[in-house]
Amino acid sequence: MGFTRRGVLSAALGGATALATGYRPAFAQGAPIKVGILHSLSGTMAISETTLKDVMLMLIEQQNAKGGLLGRKLEPVVVDPASNWPLFAEKARELISKEKVSSVFGCWTSVSRKSVLPVFKELNNILFYPVQYEGEESERNVFYTGAAPNQQAIPAVDYLMSKDGGEAKRWVLAGTDYVYPRTTNKILEAYLISKGVAPADIMINYTPFGHSDWQTIVSDIKKFGSAGKKTAVVSTINGDANVPFYKELGNQGIKATDIPVVAFSVGEEELAGIDTKPLLGHLAAWNYFQSVKDPANDAFIKAWKAYKKSDKAVTNDPMEAHVIGFNMWVKAVEKVGTVDIDKVIDALPGITAPNLTGGVSTMLANHHITKPVLIGEVRADGQFDVVWKTSGLVPGDAWTDHLPGSKDLEADWVTLKCGNYNTVLKKCG
Amino acid sequence: MPFAPLLRSFMLCCLVVLSALALAATQAQAQAQTPAAMPAQGERLAAGLERFKADSFADTEAAVAAIAAAGSAQGVAILSALADRRLFAGAAGVFYRDAAGQAFDALTGQPATIPADAAMVRLNNRLRNVVQAALGTMTLLSPDPAQRVRAAEAVFRSRDASALVTIEAALTSEQNPRVRRAFEEARAAILLASADAPEELLIAAARRIAEAGDNDAISLLRQFAGQTTGGLKAVIDQGIVSIEQAQRIRAWGQTLWFGISLGSVLLLAAIGLAITFGVMGVINMAHGEMVMIGAYVTFVVQELFRNHAPHLLDWSLPLAIPLAFITAGLVGIAIERGVIRFLYGRPLETLLATFGISLVLQQAIRTWFGPTNREVSAPSYMAGSFEFVGLQITYGRLWIVVFTLCVFAALLLVLKATPLGLQMRAVTQNRRMASAMGIRTRFVDAMTFGLGSGIAGVAGVALSQIDNVSPNLGQSYIIDSFMVVVFGGVGNLWGTLVAAFTLGIANKLLEPFAGAVLGKIIILVLLILFIQKRPRGLFALKGRAVEQ
Repeated sequence: MGFTRRGVLSAALGGATALATGYRPAFAQGAPIKVGILHSLSGTMAISETTLKDVMLMLIEQQNAKGGLLGRKLEPVVVDPASNWPLFAEKARELISKEKVSSVFGCWTSVSRKSVLPVFKELNNILFYPVQYEGEESERNVFYTGAAPNQQAIPAVDYLMSKDGGEAKRWVLAGTDYVYPRTTNKILEAYLISKGVAPADIMINYTPFGHSDWQTIVSDIKKFGSAGKKTAVVSTINGDANVPFYKELGNQGIKATDIPVVAFSVGEEELAGIDTKPLLGHLAAWNYFQSVKDPANDAFIKAWKAYKKSDKAVTNDPMEAHVIGFNMWVKAVEKVGTVDIDKVIDALPGITAPNLTGGVSTMLANHHITKPVLIGEVRADGQFDVVWKTSGLVPGDAWTDHLPGSKDLEADWVTLKCGNYNTVLKKCG
Repeated sequence: MPFAPLLRSFMLCCLVVLSALALAATQAQAQAQTPAAMPAQGERLAAGLERFKADSFADTEAAVAAIAAAGSAQGVAILSALADRRLFAGAAGVFYRDAAGQAFDALTGQPATIPADAAMVRLNNRLRNVVQAALGTMTLLSPDPAQRVRAAEAVFRSRDASALVTIEAALTSEQNPRVRRAFEEARAAILLASADAPEELLIAAARRIAEAGDNDAISLLRQFAGQTTGGLKAVIDQGIVSIEQAQRIRAWGQTLWFGISLGSVLLLAAIGLAITFGVMGVINMAHGEMVMIGAYVTFVVQELFRNHAPHLLDWSLPLAIPLAFITAGLVGIAIERGVIRFLYGRPLETLLATFGISLVLQQAIRTWFGPTNREVSAPSYMAGSFEFVGLQITYGRLWIVVFTLCVFAALLLVLKATPLGLQMRAVTQNRRMASAMGIRTRFVDAMTFGLGSGIAGVAGVALSQIDNVSPNLGQSYIIDSFMVVVFGGVGNLWGTLVAAFTLGIANKLLEPFAGAVLGKIIILVLLILFIQKRPRGLFALKGRAVEQ
C-alpha cells in the first residue's frame, strides 16, 4: 500500500541528506565528477539500502583523499527513491538528466532494477547493481556485481548434497512471493530434478512479504522432514519475515542438525538486530562474510567502523559488491582517461579488482563478475563461520543452464554485443 | 499385617540385585582403571586431541572417534565442551571450559588457563550429529536420568550398534520408566538398523517404534519401509499407517491451536482500534504506529535492563507493559488534541491526517533508532515448547493468548465498571446529551483516544516477541486490524473478539490447502462478500446510537 505518499515525504528528507554530505578539498583542475547513489533511505527497504548509501559515500571520500579521479574530485549525489518502485525510475532520470552523473550505484530489489532499466537504456548511463539476484538478464548499461544464481543458489544446494553438508535428499524451497524467490526456486527445482531428486521430495512454499505467522508452515516442514530422508530447507525468505521464521523453528524444536536452513537473504546486517539463539548452526550462502580473515577485509572493516564511528557497525555481501564495483569503475575510467559513458562501458569487461576475501574478481563480457562462493554458519555473535568455500572463483552466468528457455542464451557485450544471444538460432534477441 | 513378610522378602531381593549390580559396576570400573590400561588410554586420548589442532572437519571427526574410543574419564567433558562451543585448541594444547566457565587442560583434566592463541574448535552440522552420537553412547550410564534420556535419544538417531550391549545391560537394572522407554526405543532402532537380527526381533522392534508414535518414529519406519519384505514390511507399513492416522487427528487440533494463536494476535492488534475506530469512529491510520511505539518501548526497557541489571532481564517484559501503555497513550492524547479533534465528523480528512501522522512517526523512529531491526529477546519463560495431548504448544504463543484475553477482560472492565468507561459510552452514544449532563466531552474524547492508543502500545509489547521490532512493524497490522473491527461490527468489543478468532482459525484452516498467499486472498474475498450481505458486521449495534 501507499508507497507513493510516503515517497513524497521522504524524498525531501533524502534531498536534505545529499546537501549535508558535500565538502570541498582542493583539486587540481576540472569540474567534479558526479556519482549517483540510488538507494532507498526511507520505507521498507531502508533497512537494507541505507548502509549501501553510506558505503558509497565512504568509498568516494577515500578516493578523493587519494586525489580523486583523473585529477578531478568525485562528488556523490544522493537521492532517496523511498522503496517506491516507480519513484526509482523518476530518481534515476533526475540523476542522469539533471545531475549529469557519470555512473549510478544503486537498487536492491529486482523490481526496482527493472523499473530503472528503461531509463538507463534511454539516457545511456551506467548502473552498478550490488545485490544477489535471480539472473535471466544482461543489459549493456548494467553491471551486476552481486551473485547470479550459479554463484549462490546452486553451490549452496551442492554443499547440502555433499557429505559435509549432510547429504540432503529432500528439499523445502521456501520463499517470499516475488520475482527473485520464484525464479530462483524454478532454477533450483530444475537443478534438483536433474540431480535425480524425485518431484515428491521437493516442497515449494511461498509466503507474503513480512509474513509473521509461521506456525503452519514450520509444522509442515517438520512433517515433510519425517519421511526418513535427510531434509534441508533452502530459504529465499526476504528480510523482515526471517526473524519470526527462525524463532518458530526454534520454538518447535527444529535444530540445524536435524533440518538445516540455508538462506540467501540473511546477512550480518539482518542478524545485527536480532536474538541469534534460534539461528545457531543454520547456514547462509554469500560471496563475502565479515568474519573472513584477509588483510583487505580487515582494512575495509576498520575503515567502515571508523566511518560509522561505531564499533558495532557490520559489513555484508552487497557492501563488498559495491566496493568491487566502485574500484572497477575507477580503474576503467583511469584506463580510458575519460568518464564518457560508452568508452567506460566498453572498457569495463576484463577489468579486475581485488575482492575482500583474498581473490581478484574480473568483470566478464556478460557484465557479471567472478566471485568465490562461501557457506557460513550463524554464530552467537551474529557473525558467520565459513564452513565451506568453492576452490576458485565462479564466473557469474547471466542465463541459467537449468531452465529450458534460457539454456541456449548467452550474454556477451564484447564480441557478440548482445545480452541474449541464442546459440541455437544464432541470432540476438 | 499379612503382606509385611512379602514386602520384606521383596526388599531383600531388590537389595541383592542392586548390590550385585553395584559390584559388577565397580568391577568394570576397576578393569578400566588397571595400570596396564592407563598409558594406552592416555596415549589414545593425546593422539585424538592432537587432531583438533588441525582445524579441519575431517581431523575433528577423527579426533571425536579417537576420544570416544579412548574411554578416558574426561572424554565426556571434552565432547560436551566441543558440542557447546567450549573447546579450544592451540599450539600449547587443547583446553575446555566447563558449563560454569572454569578452564581445564583436556589432556590432564587439571585446571588451566587457556592461552591466547587457542581458537575454538569449529563444527559443522554433520559433525555435530557425530559428536551427539558419540556422547550418547558414552553417557548411557550417566547417573542423571535426564542425561540418560538424552543419551538414549541420541542413540535412537545414530543407531550406533556398539551401544547395543550397554543398552541391554542398562535395561536389566533401569527403574526410571521414562528412561526405560527411551532405552527400549533406542534398542529397537538399533535392532531395526542391523540387518542380521532375527526376524521376530525385528518385528518386535518395529512394533516398539510404532508405539512411540512421534515424528522421529515415523521417520525411522519410513526409512526402512522400502528395504524390507514379508512379515516385517507388513508390521512397518501398519505402523506407518497408524502413526499417520494419529497425526491426522492431531493435525486438526494443531490447526485449531494455530488458529487460536493467530486469532489472539489479530485481537491484540485490533483491540485498540476497536476503541479509537469502533467506539469513537475515528479512522485511525496511525494505529499500527502505536503498536510500533509499544514495541520500541519494550526494546528500550530491555536495553536498560541488559546494561544495568542483566540478572533481571526476564522482568523487563512485565515492566514494559505499563510503560508502553503510558507512552503510546500519551502520544495518542497528543495526536487527538493536536490534530484529530479538529477533524471530528470529517472521515476523509481524518484518514489522510492520521495516515500522514503514521508516516511521520515511522520516519521519526527510523531516524532515532535506525532503519534496522532492534533486538528484543524472549524471556526464559516464553522460549521453547511443550507437548499437550500430542500437540506441540510453544510457550511464547500460549502466553500471548493468555495475555490477550487478560487485556480484553481489563478493557471490558474499564468500559463497564469505571466512571470513565461510563462517560466514554455516554459520549459516544449521544454527545450532546452527555454534555448536557455535565460530562466534559472533550476530555473524554482525549482519554478515550489515549486508552485505545495505550492498548495498542501494550499490544506492541507482546508483538515484539513474535515479529521484528522495526519502523515497519505497525504497517503489517493495520489492514488486519481494520478487517477484524469491521468484520466484528463497529463499536462492539465482543464482536471484535469473535471476529479475530474466526479470521484466525479460518486463515489457518485454509493455509494448508491454499498456501499462505492464496489463503489470505480467499479470506479477503469472503470478507468482502460478507460485508456486502451484512454491512454492519457480525454484531451490529442497534438502536439510536447507530443512526448518528
